[in-house]
Amino acid sequence: MNKKPIISCRDLSVHFPIGGGLFEQKQFVRAVNNVNLSIPQGSFFGLVGESGSGKTTLGRAFLRAVPITHGEINYSDGEKDYDLVDLPKKQLKEFRKRAQLIFQDPYAALSPRMTIRDIIAEPLEVMNLTSSREETDELVREIAHKCRLNLEHLRRFPHAFSGGQRQRISIARSLVSNPRFVVADESVAALDVSIQADVLNLLKSLQSELGSTYLFISHDLSVVAHICDMVAVMYLGQLIEVAPTRELFSAPRHPYTKALLSSIPNLDPDHQSDAQKLKGEIPSPTNPPSGCKFHTRCSYVVEHCKVVEPLLEHTESSHDVACHRWEELMNIKEIPVANLA
Amino acid sequence: MTLLTVENLTLEFDTDEGRITAVNNISFEVNSGEVLGIVGESGSGKSVTAKSVMQLNPSNSVYSSETKILLDVDGESVDVLALEGGKELRTVRGGSVSMIFQEPMASFAPAITIGAQMVEQLLLHKKISKAEAIKISIEMLDKVGISDADKRFKQYAFELSGGMRQRAMIAMALSTNPKLLIADEPTTALDVTIQAQVLDLMKDLVVEFNMGIIFITHDLGVIAQTADRVAVMYLGEFVEQGSVHQVLKNPTHPYTQGLINALPKLDDLDAPLTPVPGDIPSPLERPPGCVFHTRCALAEPRCSKSIPQMTNHGEGHSAACFVTANKVEAL
Amino acid sequence: MKLFFWKKKPSGDKQQLKEAYFTASQGQLIRTRFKKNRSAKIAAWVLTLMILSGFFSDFLSPYSPDMSGRDKQYENGPPQFPIFWDENGFSARPFLYTTERHRSIETNFRWVLTDNRDKRRYLELWVDDWEYSYIDISWNLPGDWFDVDIKALTSTKHLFGMNEGGIHLFGTDKTGKDIFSRTLHAIYTSLAVGTLGVLIAFVLALVIGGVSGYFGGWIDSVLQMFTDAIRTVPPIPLFMAFAAFMPDTWSSEVRFFFIASVLGLIGWPTLARRIRTHLLTERSQEYVLAAELCGAKPGHVIRRHLLPSFTSYIIVDVMITFPYVVRSETALSFIGLGLTDPVNSLGSLMQNVSKADVLLNYQWYLIPVIFFIAFVLAFVFVGDGLRDAADPYSQTKK
Repeated sequence: MNKKPIISCRDLSVHFPIGGGLFEQKQFVRAVNNVNLSIPQGSFFGLVGESGSGKTTLGRAFLRAVPITHGEINYSDGEKDYDLVDLPKKQLKEFRKRAQLIFQDPYAALSPRMTIRDIIAEPLEVMNLTSSREETDELVREIAHKCRLNLEHLRRFPHAFSGGQRQRISIARSLVSNPRFVVADESVAALDVSIQADVLNLLKSLQSELGSTYLFISHDLSVVAHICDMVAVMYLGQLIEVAPTRELFSAPRHPYTKALLSSIPNLDPDHQSDAQKLKGEIPSPTNPPSGCKFHTRCSYVVEHCKVVEPLLEHTESSHDVACHRWEELMNIKEIPVANLA
Repeated sequence: MTLLTVENLTLEFDTDEGRITAVNNISFEVNSGEVLGIVGESGSGKSVTAKSVMQLNPSNSVYSSETKILLDVDGESVDVLALEGGKELRTVRGGSVSMIFQEPMASFAPAITIGAQMVEQLLLHKKISKAEAIKISIEMLDKVGISDADKRFKQYAFELSGGMRQRAMIAMALSTNPKLLIADEPTTALDVTIQAQVLDLMKDLVVEFNMGIIFITHDLGVIAQTADRVAVMYLGEFVEQGSVHQVLKNPTHPYTQGLINALPKLDDLDAPLTPVPGDIPSPLERPPGCVFHTRCALAEPRCSKSIPQMTNHGEGHSAACFVTANKVEAL
Repeated sequence: MKLFFWKKKPSGDKQQLKEAYFTASQGQLIRTRFKKNRSAKIAAWVLTLMILSGFFSDFLSPYSPDMSGRDKQYENGPPQFPIFWDENGFSARPFLYTTERHRSIETNFRWVLTDNRDKRRYLELWVDDWEYSYIDISWNLPGDWFDVDIKALTSTKHLFGMNEGGIHLFGTDKTGKDIFSRTLHAIYTSLAVGTLGVLIAFVLALVIGGVSGYFGGWIDSVLQMFTDAIRTVPPIPLFMAFAAFMPDTWSSEVRFFFIASVLGLIGWPTLARRIRTHLLTERSQEYVLAAELCGAKPGHVIRRHLLPSFTSYIIVDVMITFPYVVRSETALSFIGLGLTDPVNSLGSLMQNVSKADVLLNYQWYLIPVIFFIAFVLAFVFVGDGLRDAADPYSQTKK
């Protein structure tokens, strides 16, 4: 993984205007704010955050599915390089063949009026990736087999399938064009627990088999911990911590990450949770707090935090954190959340 | 004190496609000061069970003749299924039993202020003046941790954030001092940091009001931290019951074991994720015999022929499985 | 696209049935659901019957509905039903009595009809009578290039008739015209007006609503303002104005064409709004976004996703709009602003009903009213049934 990162963005911002008719002042939802991020090629990169964090918007920005307010995004997979912000139409079409999205809701993502074979074949047909029907069918069968769908399933319609099966169909559709970069947006959130593990294992095996890069967006930290190599944590449109998974879970640096980890209910009824529970509510993305966006809920806030916004500091071991006081807080004795044997 | 006794609850729905069994012969009790967790995935029938307690199921639901739901109302034991007519049910609903739902936006009427709805609820069940009802409501909002309670009292549901709406719903549910609270996936739609706050609040309230709570969820972690006892449901049947310690630390039913194994745990990041094989059968095609046998690694021929009864694995801990029952006897 | 194919119901074991369900397309699912709905099925049969009788009105009517077919001997006559048996004996062939009329002192010298029970007249099937054509278009519209005169598929066969004299199943009106024939032809006229009106409304609605819903933004706002403006036009004063300025020289076909067009031109806003709503909803579906993320062109998205998704809704909408157009035309004709006598339309037939004379003495004039009610209700029930069948996720189940 020493090549250039497949996606790297600088000062990326996505602001959505809301309201503002002819006479009103326009307000903006600052979904993504000045984000700098590099996703290494071939990695399984996790992006976590709660509601209003902007993780979905960021993922879609990387796919050029939302308008970009300012910043730059570069895509480089070893074969092609694109500047994703100023992308001419022709190159955008090329880019689409290499980057795909897996949707969250397996019930809404499949057109109820198309057979499974047609759903999976649609990207191939739209992007003119095959020259004959036999070729298309061949590719469809291949990816369906990898996603553990039988041949007879291909003739059926979506209403015949359960949530887990539908999600596999959704995955098959996204991967049929063999993209280099896949954004999986809450791909397991709508599934039952007993089936989640199945779909996660499938994603992991597909990633290693096809050698693509995954951006896995989720609000569920435990899932991310098991499946991702690196994790980035977002809060109100900013990246507040980025680290390799083990590091993040054994030694989190940002107070928000620490609180997030301790809020996850533990399966052991006797487990004593350390008192890192957060108070207050997530502020609205239209009117974010000044300075450090997290200061309104942070237990370690000082005056400086309210005024100056902390930047994402690069440290050794590629564990980046955006907090003024993270070094001091490291010295405070804390119970680590994850015990690594 | 036992607040609720449910015996042999069997519920079927009369639909165009035939009779669908939603719940099959379950029995449980809820005592005051205790949280009973009901854990299950989609199609397990947990919501339907909860709604049965207040007769909230649609009109095409058919209860079996052995079903008994006995609720303690002010010291008297009331058979909920025998209650007929709006008036009798209304005194039970919201009075002795309150329910909170997953989607707080759906529980509050969008065009009426929160305060007005809480006062209406209070006046329906208690003979107090309107001014007193307002006072109690604001106190309740404060108690659940909503700051500026008197300001929030006059606001509409859409003006509050998700977490606050859920707290307001808890406040509304508790303002009539019910003895029993039924919480149907109350924190599923909330962010995990907000969920932690709401769960702490509920635990405090149990202690303060000495209530009983039926907590329905699919999240085993939440049950572990919140419930005292737990029942695991699969396709309308209880497969395992016991205290959270017993069930989560020593699961004896293959489904419970499978569920726990399928969960990603933070303390062992290297462990592979093991799903429960197969898919949940559709309610129209209930497997014969043991409902779980189609997905069970330990299945034996007799599992498809007869339904296993609950066998004891300890004080108050029981599971419905032939195979693991044998292991107990062998000991 | 397979919408309403006559797929045989698969017999066989459970697995086959399940497989059939899994591979059933949307159209087939809708048909199955529709068939389960009793009232809708009955309504569908009634509707089919009425439409067929409208198309074959010439064949089914023993008499021509205009002045050439009137029975001077039987004016204002009550309905006659052929009978098989009376005091004179049984007859295999159904028969009627010969009616004679004379002026009677008791009714102030008006004609009175009496039956001569001894003289019988017999019913005959498959008779040869007056000539008609299935395709008979002769438009004489203003302007020369649009004149059309086609006559084809001519026949003289009728389903039934009498060997002598007349048979009037629904009686006759004051000029002697057979009400049964007139009713059948009226159904045809109403159907034709309805079809034309709905067609015009539908085409307009599709274009305007479609553009509005697909593009959104300011195009949507402007088109919606236009749509709402059209909707505010009050129909009755509009038609009064038209009635005033329509020249007498226009033949009844022209009048018919004109009224149908106007009804379509003021009926499209409602349909357009519905199409727009459907499109807006479908546009934001995730599977559309998935296709767009692959770079699908608008043509592909429309063809593959949007059109199929709302075809079922549109069929329902059209079915429900139809009775509104028919009802509007009937109402207008009833008050004299639309198609008037001697044109056969349900409305003009009902025009005669409002007189006290009729209500007291000639109640059979009301029979077309029953037909009108049945016609509209049949459409409504079928439309409702289709709507319930087309929306599998709706919670409202009876």
